[in-house]
Amino acid sequence: MLFFSYFKDLVGQEVTVELKNDLAIRGTLHSVDQYLNIKLENTRVVDQDKFPHMLSVRNCFIRGSVVRYVQLPPDGVDVDLLHDAARREARGA
Amino acid sequence: MATTTGLESLVDQIISVITNDGRNIVGVLKGFDQATNIILDESHERVFSTKEGVQQLVLGLYIIRGDNIGVIGELDEELDASLDFSKLRAHPLKPVVH
Repeated sequence: MLFFSYFKDLVGQEVTVELKNDLAIRGTLHSVDQYLNIKLENTRVVDQDKFPHMLSVRNCFIRGSVVRYVQLPPDGVDVDLLHDAARREARGA
Repeated sequence: MATTTGLESLVDQIISVITNDGRNIVGVLKGFDQATNIILDESHERVFSTKEGVQQLVLGLYIIRGDNIGVIGELDEELDASLDFSKLRAHPLKPVVH
Protein backbone atom coordinates (compact mmCIF):
# COMPACT_ATOMS: atom_id res chain seq x y z
CA MET A 1 0.00 0.00 0.00
CA LEU A 2 2.92 2.30 0.72
CA PHE A 3 4.05 2.61 -2.86
CA PHE A 4 0.50 2.92 -4.09
CA SER A 5 0.03 5.99 -1.88
CA TYR A 6 3.44 7.21 -2.86
CA PHE A 7 2.69 7.05 -6.58
CA LYS A 8 -0.67 8.69 -6.01
CA ASP A 9 1.19 11.69 -4.60
CA LEU A 10 3.27 11.84 -7.78
CA VAL A 11 0.24 12.26 -10.06
CA GLY A 12 0.75 15.19 -12.40
CA GLN A 13 4.52 14.89 -12.43
CA GLU A 14 6.68 13.96 -15.39
CA VAL A 15 8.10 10.43 -15.11
CA THR A 16 9.90 7.93 -17.30
CA VAL A 17 8.73 4.34 -17.11
CA GLU A 18 11.17 1.70 -18.24
CA LEU A 19 9.57 -1.57 -19.26
CA LYS A 20 10.84 -5.11 -19.05
CA ASN A 21 11.19 -5.15 -22.84
CA ASP A 22 13.67 -2.22 -22.68
CA LEU A 23 11.11 0.25 -24.00
CA ALA A 24 11.19 3.51 -22.03
CA ILE A 25 8.16 5.79 -22.09
CA ARG A 26 8.14 9.34 -20.76
CA GLY A 27 4.96 11.17 -19.87
CA THR A 28 2.86 12.89 -17.25
CA LEU A 29 1.62 10.53 -14.55
CA HIS A 30 -2.17 10.50 -14.83
CA SER A 31 -3.11 7.75 -12.39
CA VAL A 32 -2.03 4.61 -10.60
CA ASP A 33 -4.06 1.72 -9.21
CA GLN A 34 -3.57 -0.99 -6.61
CA TYR A 35 -1.62 -3.21 -9.05
CA LEU A 36 0.66 -0.24 -9.79
CA ASN A 37 -0.71 -0.15 -13.30
CA ILE A 38 0.24 3.29 -14.59
CA LYS A 39 -1.54 5.69 -16.90
CA LEU A 40 0.57 8.30 -18.67
CA GLU A 41 -0.46 11.32 -20.71
CA ASN A 42 1.43 13.16 -23.45
CA THR A 43 3.69 10.16 -23.84
CA ARG A 44 6.71 9.82 -26.03
CA VAL A 45 9.05 6.90 -26.34
CA VAL A 46 12.55 7.86 -25.21
CA ASP A 47 14.35 6.30 -28.21
CA GLN A 48 11.83 6.85 -31.02
CA ASP A 49 14.22 5.88 -33.80
CA LYS A 50 14.79 2.50 -32.29
CA PHE A 51 11.19 2.06 -31.13
CA PRO A 52 8.73 3.63 -33.59
CA HIS A 53 6.04 1.22 -32.41
CA MET A 54 4.12 3.81 -30.42
CA LEU A 55 4.48 6.87 -32.65
CA SER A 56 0.74 7.52 -32.81
CA VAL A 57 0.10 6.98 -29.11
CA ARG A 58 -0.24 10.01 -26.83
CA ASN A 59 -1.93 8.45 -23.80
CA CYS A 60 -1.25 5.01 -22.51
CA PHE A 61 -1.94 2.43 -19.86
CA ILE A 62 1.06 0.41 -18.68
CA ARG A 63 0.43 -2.85 -16.89
CA GLY A 64 2.18 -2.87 -13.52
CA SER A 65 3.64 -6.31 -14.16
CA VAL A 66 5.83 -5.11 -17.05
CA VAL A 67 7.36 -2.10 -15.29
CA ARG A 68 11.06 -2.42 -14.53
CA TYR A 69 11.83 1.11 -13.28
CA VAL A 70 10.01 4.37 -12.78
CA GLN A 71 12.36 7.32 -13.06
CA LEU A 72 11.10 10.16 -10.87
CA PRO A 73 11.75 13.88 -10.91
CA PRO A 74 14.47 14.62 -8.34
CA ASP A 75 12.21 16.95 -6.37
CA GLY A 76 9.38 14.41 -6.46
CA VAL A 77 10.89 12.37 -3.66
CA ASP A 78 10.72 13.37 -0.02
CA VAL A 79 13.26 10.84 1.19
CA ASP A 80 12.69 11.51 4.89
CA LEU A 81 8.96 11.14 4.56
CA LEU A 82 9.32 7.90 2.61
CA HIS A 83 11.83 6.62 5.13
CA ASP A 84 9.48 7.24 8.04
CA ALA A 85 6.56 5.68 6.19
CA ALA A 86 8.61 2.60 5.33
CA ARG A 87 9.68 2.18 8.98
CA ARG A 88 6.12 2.62 10.18
CA GLU A 89 4.92 -0.04 7.73
CA ALA A 90 7.74 -2.39 8.74
CA ARG A 91 6.66 -2.05 12.36
CA GLY A 92 3.17 -2.97 11.29
CA ALA A 93 1.61 0.24 12.53
CA MET B 1 -9.83 8.96 -6.69
CA ALA B 2 -11.34 11.29 -9.26
CA THR B 3 -9.20 10.12 -12.14
CA THR B 4 -10.06 6.72 -13.59
CA THR B 5 -7.29 4.20 -13.67
CA GLY B 6 -9.26 1.60 -15.56
CA LEU B 7 -9.76 1.30 -19.26
CA GLU B 8 -13.34 2.71 -19.24
CA SER B 9 -12.26 5.81 -21.11
CA LEU B 10 -10.81 3.72 -23.94
CA VAL B 11 -13.87 1.59 -24.67
CA ASP B 12 -14.97 1.86 -28.34
CA GLN B 13 -11.74 3.66 -29.14
CA ILE B 14 -8.90 2.39 -31.29
CA ILE B 15 -6.07 1.13 -29.13
CA SER B 16 -2.62 -0.21 -29.78
CA VAL B 17 -1.60 -3.12 -27.57
CA ILE B 18 1.97 -4.24 -27.01
CA THR B 19 2.03 -7.83 -25.82
CA ASN B 20 4.64 -9.51 -23.66
CA ASP B 21 5.95 -11.44 -26.65
CA GLY B 22 6.59 -8.17 -28.47
CA ARG B 23 3.64 -8.07 -30.83
CA ASN B 24 1.74 -4.91 -31.65
CA ILE B 25 -2.00 -5.38 -32.11
CA VAL B 26 -4.32 -2.55 -33.07
CA GLY B 27 -8.09 -2.71 -32.73
CA VAL B 28 -11.23 -1.30 -31.16
CA LEU B 29 -11.51 -1.96 -27.41
CA LYS B 30 -14.84 -3.63 -26.71
CA GLY B 31 -14.37 -4.81 -23.16
CA PHE B 32 -11.96 -5.44 -20.31
CA ASP B 33 -11.84 -6.71 -16.73
CA GLN B 34 -9.78 -6.29 -13.54
CA ALA B 35 -7.09 -8.67 -14.83
CA THR B 36 -6.68 -6.49 -17.96
CA ASN B 37 -8.09 -9.24 -20.15
CA ILE B 38 -9.38 -7.35 -23.17
CA ILE B 39 -11.69 -7.84 -26.14
CA LEU B 40 -10.52 -6.25 -29.37
CA ASP B 41 -12.72 -5.90 -32.42
CA GLU B 42 -11.60 -5.41 -36.03
CA SER B 43 -8.06 -5.95 -34.93
CA HIS B 44 -4.89 -6.26 -36.95
CA GLU B 45 -1.28 -6.93 -36.11
CA ARG B 46 1.49 -4.58 -37.17
CA VAL B 47 4.65 -6.46 -37.91
CA PHE B 48 7.83 -4.37 -37.74
CA SER B 49 10.96 -5.45 -39.53
CA THR B 50 14.25 -3.97 -40.65
CA LYS B 51 14.00 -5.37 -44.17
CA GLU B 52 10.65 -3.97 -45.28
CA GLY B 53 7.93 -1.58 -44.15
CA VAL B 54 5.34 -2.44 -41.55
CA GLN B 55 3.13 -5.37 -42.55
CA GLN B 56 -0.48 -5.38 -41.40
CA LEU B 57 -2.10 -8.73 -40.72
CA VAL B 58 -5.85 -8.84 -40.30
CA LEU B 59 -6.88 -10.70 -37.14
CA GLY B 60 -10.55 -9.79 -36.54
CA LEU B 61 -12.14 -10.29 -33.13
CA TYR B 62 -9.59 -11.09 -30.46
CA ILE B 63 -9.48 -11.70 -26.75
CA ILE B 64 -6.08 -11.06 -25.19
CA ARG B 65 -5.33 -12.44 -21.78
CA GLY B 66 -4.19 -9.80 -19.30
CA ASP B 67 -1.07 -11.73 -18.30
CA ASN B 68 0.20 -11.28 -21.83
CA ILE B 69 -0.38 -7.50 -22.06
CA GLY B 70 2.36 -4.91 -21.61
CA VAL B 71 1.07 -1.57 -22.80
CA ILE B 72 -2.30 -0.34 -24.01
CA GLY B 73 -2.02 2.91 -25.91
CA GLU B 74 -4.81 5.19 -27.09
CA LEU B 75 -4.25 5.54 -30.83
CA ASP B 76 -4.45 9.10 -32.15
CA GLU B 77 -6.15 8.53 -35.51
CA GLU B 78 -4.88 11.76 -37.06
CA LEU B 79 -1.31 11.05 -36.05
CA ASP B 80 -1.67 7.48 -37.20
CA ALA B 81 -2.98 8.52 -40.62
CA SER B 82 0.01 10.83 -41.06
CA LEU B 83 2.51 7.99 -40.68
CA ASP B 84 3.91 6.25 -43.71
CA PHE B 85 4.11 2.68 -42.53
CA SER B 86 5.64 1.45 -45.77
CA LYS B 87 8.77 3.44 -44.89
CA LEU B 88 8.97 2.58 -41.16
CA ARG B 89 11.80 0.18 -40.37
CA ALA B 90 12.51 -1.16 -36.93
CA HIS B 91 13.51 -4.26 -35.10
CA PRO B 92 10.54 -6.10 -33.63
CA LEU B 93 10.11 -5.34 -29.92
CA LYS B 94 11.84 -7.70 -27.56
CA PRO B 95 9.70 -9.98 -25.44
CA VAL B 96 9.15 -8.97 -21.83
CA VAL B 97 11.62 -10.70 -19.52
CA HIS B 98 10.40 -10.83 -15.92
